[in-house]
Amino acid sequence: MNQQRRSLMKYSAVFGLMASAGLISTAQAQEWNKAAFEGKGIDDVFKILGADSPDKSSAVTLNAPDIAENGAVVPVGITSTLKAEQMAILVEKNPSSLAAQFFIPAGTDSFVTTRIKMGQTSNVYGLVKADGKWLMTVKEVKVTLGGCGG
Amino acid sequence: MADPMRVRAAENGGTVDVKILMKHDMESGQRKDASGKTIPAWFISTINVKANGKDVFNGQFGPAVSKDPFLNFKYKGAKGDKIVVTWNDSKGDKRTDEATAS
Repeated sequence: MNQQRRSLMKYSAVFGLMASAGLISTAQAQEWNKAAFEGKGIDDVFKILGADSPDKSSAVTLNAPDIAENGAVVPVGITSTLKAEQMAILVEKNPSSLAAQFFIPAGTDSFVTTRIKMGQTSNVYGLVKADGKWLMTVKEVKVTLGGCGG
Repeated sequence: MADPMRVRAAENGGTVDVKILMKHDMESGQRKDASGKTIPAWFISTINVKANGKDVFNGQFGPAVSKDPFLNFKYKGAKGDKIVVTWNDSKGDKRTDEATAS
């Protein structure tokens, strides 16, 4: 028991050192999905996420306004009645479609809310991966003032 | 060093509602400055939330997430859980803040 504790302490000390030296970072533990975030169209992103053509499902709900006055701050939330493993928010007409991707461990609810930027009126896709399968829902959000250009 | 985040966690009926407000410009890489040059993208790319040392949430952001990103999620937990939020941005900057579920 004590021996185990000692070796555990040793390991965590080594890991701590590596982390502080920048050898391991949380970014590495969970690499930023560059390809997906640089995917141009929604179909591109679907492919990279391994979602090919997700089915529309009523088990996925996208909470977004019908009209967003300011495209720089559009509140968007996804909820699902299923146990989500991953979630993603996509904006069809943004320069890069994927806005955010979330990984939901067991014990965390299938619920997330954030705020995104939208360049123009577009369909917003809420994706949920549950049971190894991607499901989606779509909603059009009208934008009166774009939030991507300058 | 980046500005601190605001982290709020409230327990209600066995579920902890976590709200995080990060302070970050989230430069999209689409905007141009006065001289017409594109301002390079600079945004939070990954965010990790742990409660009592266990992962409860992982997120990846693109530049399309709003300035000063807001995040709200819920997990099954209890009052007094120690919540640690860490983000990394596309320039390698990072920030960690803590809160206690109430």
